[in-house]
Amino acid sequence: MKTESVLEKILAAGHLAVTSECGPPRGALPEKVKEKAEMLRGYVDAINVTDNQTAVVRMSSLSACILIKQLGLDPILQMVTRDRNRLAMQSDILGAYAHGINNMLCLSGDHPCFGDHPMAANVYDLDSMQLIQVVRKMRDEGRFQGGDEIENPPKMFIGAAANPFADPFELRAIRLAKKVKAGVDFIQTQCIYNIDKFGKWMKEICERGLNEKVSILAGITPLKSAGMANYMRNKVPGMDVPEELVKRMAGVPKKDQADEGIKICLETIEQLKTMEGIRGFHIMAIEWEQKVPEIVERAGLLPRPQV
Amino acid sequence: MITAERKPLEEIIEYVRPFGKILLVGCNECVTVCSAGGRKEVGLLSSALQMAFMKEGKMLEIKEMTLERQCDPEYVEELSGHINQVDAVLSMACGCGVQEIAQRYREKPVFPAVNTKFMGASERQGVWSERCQGCGNCLLGLTGGICPVARCSKRLLNGPCGGSTKGKCEINPEIDCAWQLIWDRLKALGQEERYSDIIPAKDWRPSRDGGPRKIIREDLAS
Repeated sequence: MKTESVLEKILAAGHLAVTSECGPPRGALPEKVKEKAEMLRGYVDAINVTDNQTAVVRMSSLSACILIKQLGLDPILQMVTRDRNRLAMQSDILGAYAHGINNMLCLSGDHPCFGDHPMAANVYDLDSMQLIQVVRKMRDEGRFQGGDEIENPPKMFIGAAANPFADPFELRAIRLAKKVKAGVDFIQTQCIYNIDKFGKWMKEICERGLNEKVSILAGITPLKSAGMANYMRNKVPGMDVPEELVKRMAGVPKKDQADEGIKICLETIEQLKTMEGIRGFHIMAIEWEQKVPEIVERAGLLPRPQV
Repeated sequence: MITAERKPLEEIIEYVRPFGKILLVGCNECVTVCSAGGRKEVGLLSSALQMAFMKEGKMLEIKEMTLERQCDPEYVEELSGHINQVDAVLSMACGCGVQEIAQRYREKPVFPAVNTKFMGASERQGVWSERCQGCGNCLLGLTGGICPVARCSKRLLNGPCGGSTKGKCEINPEIDCAWQLIWDRLKALGQEERYSDIIPAKDWRPSRDGGPRKIIREDLAS
């Protein structure tokens, strides 16, 4: 074992892992964080805590992670390279580990132009690939990026994202190989709606033997309505929602669309369970967090293993 | 070249309003090529200012000059015979030219008439785009001759991010995804394997982050 992470242990034991996410509030509201996290107790192995997602200011991922850790749950500290340079990021990693946080997700983050401070400076001292390298160096070599030795180095279980649906498709497996080379331990993918395309990517991942080196958690987001399906299809860059799905959602009466969305999501999980290389699920129920327990239960992913 | 765009007339008017006589100085280098501050633009701005002030019933006397290179002390010296006859200088050069004047003529106010934009190239008539950020340690040899520092919106050295769509950047469909361009170029060169190499965290010291930069060529320095 590289770390004390429960997620690492679950994956190492060969169980299908389940993670979900908690977006921190837009205010100093600790109760909101605790409320969202409590909802997931017993249903997931670790909880991603987003870092100023969509470039909108929220409570810091680190502080929300600490609140969640204090509840006895396992957070995954998301860290984007957009807002802070390597000094700030490494000091936060030390701080996180000092609070017992031992999972991280290394991301580049959405561009500030999408958020509430489009006038902000765009840092990008590092990119996500280099952040993975930094976290690994801290853990495995006990050294900061700058080379100095760390007393009690932070042992993080290192995650990253992969989007098999972005262009150019032919680069997507090679790009994952780079993340593996950089030292990533687990991957959470973009939400999967186009299973055929995802399958093609996974096949290439397995052909390259990458599934042996990194645990891939399939990204799942239930569609809440036909409107949401349409929006994700047409407006969200790097998202691939096939037309048939939009039609299927639109084909049921409005009041039943949410149920249809859950049904689709459960079918997707079922199909992915048997796909070679899938080691678990990352369920992102956007503005619909209360549905996660039901999805986990109906997908037959309970009880969560004790390790 | 260094590209620039003229500032809005209203902003320029407010700069020169307190003065009766100004020297309007263009530059024959980059800003001429990008049609922002050469001899022609000096003439146009001069007329526009005079007309605007005339409407207000105010006289503004403008002496027009265009220097060969406003970032070079040798040429800026040419203003010395005129500087005492004016109240202020309005420069149409890039920020380098404006500062050269400020340094040489310490007691004369100088104002910028253009916004200096970026180091770029001409895409077609009337269109310029950014190509270089002067990071001080050129990576183009690794990236097929296309710069991710200047041309990727997140300056990712190991892109593309998950927002690359049909060759375009997620922030604006008018912007090419630099990493799509890099990949296409590596393919055209038969250097696809180069993509698999991780470009390590960049040392930003040779860039602006190391503080204001200076080049000293001992063989040339006097």
